Amino acid sequence: MTIPLSWVLALSAVVFGIGVIGLLTRRNILILLMSLELILNAANINLVAFSHYLHSMRGNVIVVFTIAVAAAEAAVGLAILLSLFRNRRTVNLDEVREMKG
Amino acid sequence: MTRSVVLFRDLLIPLLPLAAFLVNGLFGRWTREKAHWVSVPAVVLSFLLSLLVLKDVLSGVNTYASLYRWITVGAFDVSVGVMIDPLAAVMLIVVTSVSSLVHIYSIGYMRGDRGYARFFAYLSLFTFSMLMLVLSNNLLELFVFWEAVGLCSYLLIGHWYDRRSAADAATKAFVVNRIGDFGFGLGLLLIFVTLGTLDYQAVFLGAKAASNQTVDLLAPFGGKLEIGLVTLIALLLFTGAMGKSAQLPLHVWLPDAMEGPTPVSALIHAATMVTAGVYMVARMHPVFEISPAAMATVAVVGGGTALFAATIGLVQNDIKRVVAYSTVSQLGYMFLACGIGAYGIAVFHLMTHAFFKGLLFLGAGSVIHALSGEQDIRKMGGLRNKIPATYLTFLIGSLSLAGVPLFAGFFSKDEILTRAFFAGDLGLVLWGVALLGALMTAFYAFRLVYLVFHGETRLLPDAAHHVHESPPVMTVPLWILAVLAVFSGWVGIPLIAGGDKIGHFLEPVFAGVPHAVHGPLVLQGLIIASSVLVALLGIAIADKFYRTSRGLPDRLASAWPRLYSLFLNKWWFDEIYDWAIVRPTRRISESFLWKVADVRIIDAFVNGVGSVTQQAASSWRRIQTGFTQDYAMTLVLGLLAIVAVWLAAW
Repeated sequence: MTIPLSWVLALSAVVFGIGVIGLLTRRNILILLMSLELILNAANINLVAFSHYLHSMRGNVIVVFTIAVAAAEAAVGLAILLSLFRNRRTVNLDEVREMKG
Repeated sequence: MTRSVVLFRDLLIPLLPLAAFLVNGLFGRWTREKAHWVSVPAVVLSFLLSLLVLKDVLSGVNTYASLYRWITVGAFDVSVGVMIDPLAAVMLIVVTSVSSLVHIYSIGYMRGDRGYARFFAYLSLFTFSMLMLVLSNNLLELFVFWEAVGLCSYLLIGHWYDRRSAADAATKAFVVNRIGDFGFGLGLLLIFVTLGTLDYQAVFLGAKAASNQTVDLLAPFGGKLEIGLVTLIALLLFTGAMGKSAQLPLHVWLPDAMEGPTPVSALIHAATMVTAGVYMVARMHPVFEISPAAMATVAVVGGGTALFAATIGLVQNDIKRVVAYSTVSQLGYMFLACGIGAYGIAVFHLMTHAFFKGLLFLGAGSVIHALSGEQDIRKMGGLRNKIPATYLTFLIGSLSLAGVPLFAGFFSKDEILTRAFFAGDLGLVLWGVALLGALMTAFYAFRLVYLVFHGETRLLPDAAHHVHESPPVMTVPLWILAVLAVFSGWVGIPLIAGGDKIGHFLEPVFAGVPHAVHGPLVLQGLIIASSVLVALLGIAIADKFYRTSRGLPDRLASAWPRLYSLFLNKWWFDEIYDWAIVRPTRRISESFLWKVADVRIIDAFVNGVGSVTQQAASSWRRIQTGFTQDYAMTLVLGLLAIVAVWLAAW
């Protein structure tokens, strides 16, 4: 038996929603990064699903790229987080408002 | 020799001075007081090569070569090339010989000057530009070097740039030349737009074909003022010549250019650069020939300038200014000759004038040098025995300028007068004008001789102590020029069979020009006699005024105070220009262009943009909270909005 496309898309939507809510409500930057990861992977799920559904490898290829880019992005994010923590002794986003105009 | 070797030799003529310029210009810091060891050999070598070229041209070998395709845009195709025909060969000889002598003379005159290397660098650059100007084979190339000699003139007039008067004179020369060059540039554009080419031969052919075309000057304004196309082209080109060769009413820069060092006055403002206008008119003569109106304009402007500048020369008190006005006047004679179709004679006079006027300027420089910088002839006198070499050469130059028989100036000026006499009604009037000018010329030339070298000394006591003859490095060029000022005229002796060598030499260049009408031999003899008489009369008057009855000039001046003041103040040209052009320009610039256009409009607009941006930014910056999740929230709301719109549309 095959899993219908709509199920997978629903899963992806749920993961995306969890990510967005996490991004908007949590204050810990580490959690924010993880939420971002969820949003990204929701998109990846969609790509893989459509790739399978359309019998085309293109989606899969894009996903490989996305994962690579996401890894790099996570590395940069974590590096910023680390240096922020060293300077401020906090990972709480409320306390970091340097960019206020 | 093969063709390429010949071409290489021809190219070396301008390139050697260019190399000297580059060495002295870039490494002047090291060449310093040895700068002449670079420039002088280069220019002298150019002169020797020019002699070889002359020999070739004499045996009938002309050169025409395009070296390099410079610009190709659509139909616009211009090359850099050289053209050596008899006219160019004569110019080559004149330019390189006078330039060599001036270079040598400058070793003595400029010794110890702070800008010694710079001076030689510019002098060589000028020589290069002038040589390229006469070697050009198309109008655009001519125009480029036309501008380049103007630039060199500017640089050298302002050689002593820390002197206010020198800096002002340099600027004035540049601005006045610019007015002429603007006309010249328009002429070139018109030629290209209508004839589609800038190559000499093609332009001549095109002009001939277009001789019946007219243009409507007032068409853009709905009016109607028809003028022959070729006439317009010729007049525009002549405007450039008027600026460069200091003809009325653009002559005002040349006397002021005397602020430059005297060798510069001799080379640029007497012998070579100012003759570029005459050369150009002679080179473009097929265009001028088509339009009688343009020819008449050239002749009238030339004749008018010849007389006008002579009247000023009568009363000036600065030795260099007298010679400068004399230059303006003599250039007028050359244009007069061009205007009546006697191009060969114009070039002949150009050549003799280059020698005797270069001599007079260098002689004046030698006087100034002897008196440690004094230029006022009222404070000279009695120098005959103290600086004999300068005196003798200056005398020869003056005799030549005055047109005393057997001296060079006699033959060329006399030919111009003769040709004018037989050139119709206008020519007859101009002959009278030129004859009157010749009388004045002889007078002011000998006024200088008597006031500077004869009589008792009027030197200031401490200047009198230092009077000394110039070193040989200065007097030898004077002697060489003196020899040329006597004998260079002999190549153009008229009337005798086989006498007019230069005329025959130049004939191929001016082949299309209708042959001169010569009257009966007796009449010609009378005309020659009249000009000889006039020259001697002028000298006699000068003798009477400044030797036998010394009070006469002052009595005449007080008898006609207005005329005297008109001449002394150069017909008020500077004042008129100041009142009519300079002051209104300044007033408009200050009251409108500066205080309204610049401050109220341009500044206001720029400042307005700045302050609007600033105010907008100060209120909008509040949305930058610095709280990352606000930005994320904005993103999500935006996404929701897009989805909502999409759903609503679906």
